[in-house]
Amino acid sequence: MDIIEAKNIDFYYSDFHALKNVSLGIAKNSVTAFIGPSGCGKSTFLRLLNRMNDLIPDTKLAGKCLVNGEDIYAKGVDVDTLRKKIGMVFQKPNPFPKTIFENIAYGLRVNRMGNKEFIRNRVEESLKAAALWDEVKDKMNRSAYDLSGGQQQRLCIARALAVKPDILLMDEPASALDPISTAKIEDLIFDLKTQYTIVIVTHNMQQAARVSDSTGFFMLGELIEFSDTKKMFLNPAKEQTQNYITGRFG
Amino acid sequence: MKKIIEKAIEKIFAFSGMVTTVTILLIIAFLFKEGAGLFNSPVVEKGYVLCVNANNPVEHISSADIKKIFNSVIEDWSEVTSGFDEKIELFYDEKILNNYGKDEWRAKIGEKIASTPGIIALVHDYEKSLPKNFEGVKILEENTILPKDFFLGFEWLPTSKPAPQFGVMPLILGTLLVSFVAILLATPLGIGVAIYLSELAQSRVRDILKPTIELLAGIPSVVYGFFGLVVLVPIIQKTFNLNVGETALTGSIILAIMALPTIITVAEDAMRSTPRAMREASLALGATHWQTIYKVVIPYAASGISAAVVLGIGRAIGETMVALMVTGNAARLPKLFEPVRTIPATIAAELGEAPGGGVHYQALFVLGCALFLITMAISITAELISKRQHNKGL
Repeated sequence: MDIIEAKNIDFYYSDFHALKNVSLGIAKNSVTAFIGPSGCGKSTFLRLLNRMNDLIPDTKLAGKCLVNGEDIYAKGVDVDTLRKKIGMVFQKPNPFPKTIFENIAYGLRVNRMGNKEFIRNRVEESLKAAALWDEVKDKMNRSAYDLSGGQQQRLCIARALAVKPDILLMDEPASALDPISTAKIEDLIFDLKTQYTIVIVTHNMQQAARVSDSTGFFMLGELIEFSDTKKMFLNPAKEQTQNYITGRFG
Repeated sequence: MKKIIEKAIEKIFAFSGMVTTVTILLIIAFLFKEGAGLFNSPVVEKGYVLCVNANNPVEHISSADIKKIFNSVIEDWSEVTSGFDEKIELFYDEKILNNYGKDEWRAKIGEKIASTPGIIALVHDYEKSLPKNFEGVKILEENTILPKDFFLGFEWLPTSKPAPQFGVMPLILGTLLVSFVAILLATPLGIGVAIYLSELAQSRVRDILKPTIELLAGIPSVVYGFFGLVVLVPIIQKTFNLNVGETALTGSIILAIMALPTIITVAEDAMRSTPRAMREASLALGATHWQTIYKVVIPYAASGISAAVVLGIGRAIGETMVALMVTGNAARLPKLFEPVRTIPATIAAELGEAPGGGVHYQALFVLGCALFLITMAISITAELISKRQHNKGL
């Protein structure tokens, strides 16, 4: 069974029809990439999965979105618990104005997970998982803003990992970073795949080709094509996809 | 041509900035200059000297003792100086002055003083020489007003004769008490409303509430004072069963209401400036709305919130009209349920009656300086706090 199942999703920002009848399934412990031109709805779709769009006033959703077989938009769903299970990394690094340690510990503290000892171990574990431990282990009490952009983004990934989500959503996680930092993030995604289901939105088609198992191509709110990444890039089924990945527009 | 105009505008701005700075500095300099003479002024009213019998061993009498002597609180010299057991006899030269010519007057006073062992005479100081020529007369050395007596004194009686009392402690404490209680009331309420407006209120409610609150900031303080006098004073009087309703508490409540719009507006702006990315990061980790508010939004806006509180304190400490109208203006040690008097109210009430350049006038200016230093200390503290928060990134 797929861990994420979207069924006939329509989404509106007041009058704007942002997603049109989108259906797809995402397998456990896979990396799924969404590509497409700006404003195509890929980020909107991503933010549906942890109900981040709830924060935007005047939106409307139709269709069903199942995570682990449960409708996350059903009445009585605890959004905070849902978001704990579905971590998110944003386009720009957004560490809190706190120390490095407190940034990672934040999710544990707000979810009242464990004692001091537990938190310290989990912080270390998460930083190691995000390949940041060696760089920051001696300055845990320094402000997170003292880190470089790439380090901050890995800090944000570690922060998301600390609460042990099932799914990790990444909204263009490398778009604000230099090539070296980007490569580190991509390596990281590859490593994390064994434990997490990862959904990544990217502008960068090479990145999608490098890191993902399956790829979805969005255009004007429609999911044009969703298939195995290799197939998508070597032999796309639709002409629009072909045009986009060969760089003819977008 | 375009370049020249731009250059000219630049120069105009630079000039106006400089003029503003210099003006402010000049005002401060003026404040200190006008007050500067105070501590060189004699304790006794200008134009008078105090004389005693030559056998009296006393050399100095403090300002407070002079007042007590002339109010007949101290009645025997033994209370002022040791080894001189004589009843104090008060003497003013006014009566004699009206009936005699100058020379005669001189002689009469000399005689009177020389012949009365327990006398203390307040004498006009014509040409500074008068009774000195007489045997048996001693002119007391002129004390100047001491900073200690001024800042730590507990009596503010600027028109007391012959020695006015300038103890500003009741005024300083009154100001601090009224402002402190005001800020104690206004801060939690203001921050609460700011949180509601910035985080909880629907945009429709907010669009109505915020301009309304901002409108409150524009109401003249005399109107608040009027409201306090007519509405709040009777309520306080009845509720706490007091003799007078014009108390420190009344002033604090009105000042709190006046400080609220400032605190709310500034704190709300600070909270709303928390980046959306920060809120989303917190929510995405499973934090609740409330956790996000107090763990992310409030720490992020902390320096703005403390600026809001400081602005509120500044408003409360410097506020004159309300304090004058509803606090009862009694210059004594402040208590919450009794009339008090604040520094600004004192200055406003008394400056018109204080002769320009006189001791009273100077004392009021020193009070102004003290007020200025208090507010400056508060803003510097706040500045340091917010700087420290920024540096730590916490």
